[in-house]
Amino acid sequence: MSGSPCGRLGKRFLFQFANEHLDFRVAEFSAIADLFGIKLESGWQSKNIKDPFWEFQLSSSTDAEKLASRSMLVKSALELWGKGATYPEMYEDVRQNTAKHCMIPFCGNGASFKIKVDTYNKKQTQEYKVQRINDLPLDVFPLEGKIDLKNADHILQICENYGEDHNTAPDTPCMVYFGRWLVDGQREKIKTYNLKERLFLGHTSMDPCLSLLMANMGKCCKNTLVFDPFVGTGSLLVSAAQCGSYVMGTDIDYILLHAQGKPSRAKQKKRSKDESIRNNLLQYGLQQFYIDALVADASKSSLWDSRLQVDAIITDPPYGVREGAKKLGSEKNDPSLTEEDKDGHVPQKIDYHLSDVFRDLLNFAARFLRIEGRLVYWLPVYSPEYCEENIPRHPCLQLVSNCEQKLNSRISRRLITMEKCHECQVRLITLCFSGV
Amino acid sequence: MKLLTHNFLTSNIIKGVTKGYPLQIMAEKVDVKEVEFNPDFVTKMLPKIDWSALIKAAKDVGHGDGLPEAVIENPESNEEFLKAAHNALMQVEVIEGKLVCPESQREFPINNGIPNMLLNEDEV
Repeated sequence: MSGSPCGRLGKRFLFQFANEHLDFRVAEFSAIADLFGIKLESGWQSKNIKDPFWEFQLSSSTDAEKLASRSMLVKSALELWGKGATYPEMYEDVRQNTAKHCMIPFCGNGASFKIKVDTYNKKQTQEYKVQRINDLPLDVFPLEGKIDLKNADHILQICENYGEDHNTAPDTPCMVYFGRWLVDGQREKIKTYNLKERLFLGHTSMDPCLSLLMANMGKCCKNTLVFDPFVGTGSLLVSAAQCGSYVMGTDIDYILLHAQGKPSRAKQKKRSKDESIRNNLLQYGLQQFYIDALVADASKSSLWDSRLQVDAIITDPPYGVREGAKKLGSEKNDPSLTEEDKDGHVPQKIDYHLSDVFRDLLNFAARFLRIEGRLVYWLPVYSPEYCEENIPRHPCLQLVSNCEQKLNSRISRRLITMEKCHECQVRLITLCFSGV
Repeated sequence: MKLLTHNFLTSNIIKGVTKGYPLQIMAEKVDVKEVEFNPDFVTKMLPKIDWSALIKAAKDVGHGDGLPEAVIENPESNEEFLKAAHNALMQVEVIEGKLVCPESQREFPINNGIPNMLLNEDEV
């Protein structure tokens, strides 16, 4: 219906969010809007993150579809016909702002449709829901088409919001929305990419929702090159490749990259021969996006020629709870090895201090990202002592967003997104960093 | 290991080495694994590629045929050239062999397609 004379308010859209990762909503939505070059109304970032219904004015339903086509947190998007604090208010809004001829194609004569009633933070009975549908005034809603519960051409939806806390939910909704369902977000992918069926799995494989969300934060898309310096079993490469990015990574753990170590699944005795990052991509038909995974020490950025330029670095650095951070080195004063020692020698590793991990990572990003390329990584924090100054800084990298995932009452991890703003003049920069 | 990766790899991580590029490839097993041709991605990568290092690497692993000595003019509009570059960068893979540092001769093994770029603790 783009270009239809439905007026300004014919272009209202309602996004309903899933009830998790609230702190990531603004950041993800913003990254996706950026990715598609969709301009959102100014000040939208101050929307209430506890309210799962966000209304936007967009220039067309195509924009709403684009936003939903990438979002891991959006459940669905509606073309909003009306809203109100009560049903009569909602009816009045529809009457005032949505012309009948804009509704007729979806529920009038010749169309088949059904109406769904969705309630947030309060369970309602089927009778209640049917009643809400039967109450719809026919002078407002031209519901003359054929009702078809199984194969409707169009789905209309009533959304009731009972507030932020289901324990204190009022009897009647505090907000009612009416609209036409356009499209769902990408929640289905949580199942498609679920780790239970992942061929090659490690202790720290990232869950699919957060992996895909990280790819969104990094604006991964067709023809981009994405790098993970702490690649592990490649769960972040899977999500980046799913967006059409070509992917590569390194890990210091030879045994893991060659799938020779102990499996992470409780019931599995031995890693199977075909376990590899490449085959993780193959499992989802993404093998054409695989470039390479190397055994290498991420603290040594001179491994790469300065011509290497990546569009995004997406990573979950090791911070010691499940996989301790290691880099090559020795604590001995004289680490020299004899020739005999060298044959089949497994290089000694030393603890890699957390502040060094992040300093090296930011330096790596400043060096190899393209301008406007993004670094997306997790930073562990001890919540009672956390303040924004804990976020590592770099003169070439600008902080884009900082979202918290609480792991328990004291420990959180924060998803940090930075964007390269200018070329690195000095090769290595020692950062002021007072992390955990 | 794809030759795209090889094109960016150096051995300058070794203490004292400053001209660790390009790494010489001593291949024992090389595969050509089909990858969907994407002219846009090849075109995007081309300006970043050290072409002479790519030619040498491709010849060293026995897949140098069909690659011109230099990047042609307007490569983006020459599909034949892009396909040859795509093959060399994305499809030719060293499965077994080693990479050799041109300055120190230090060798890095490649097993099962995965280069091992780790140094010993006395080399860092």
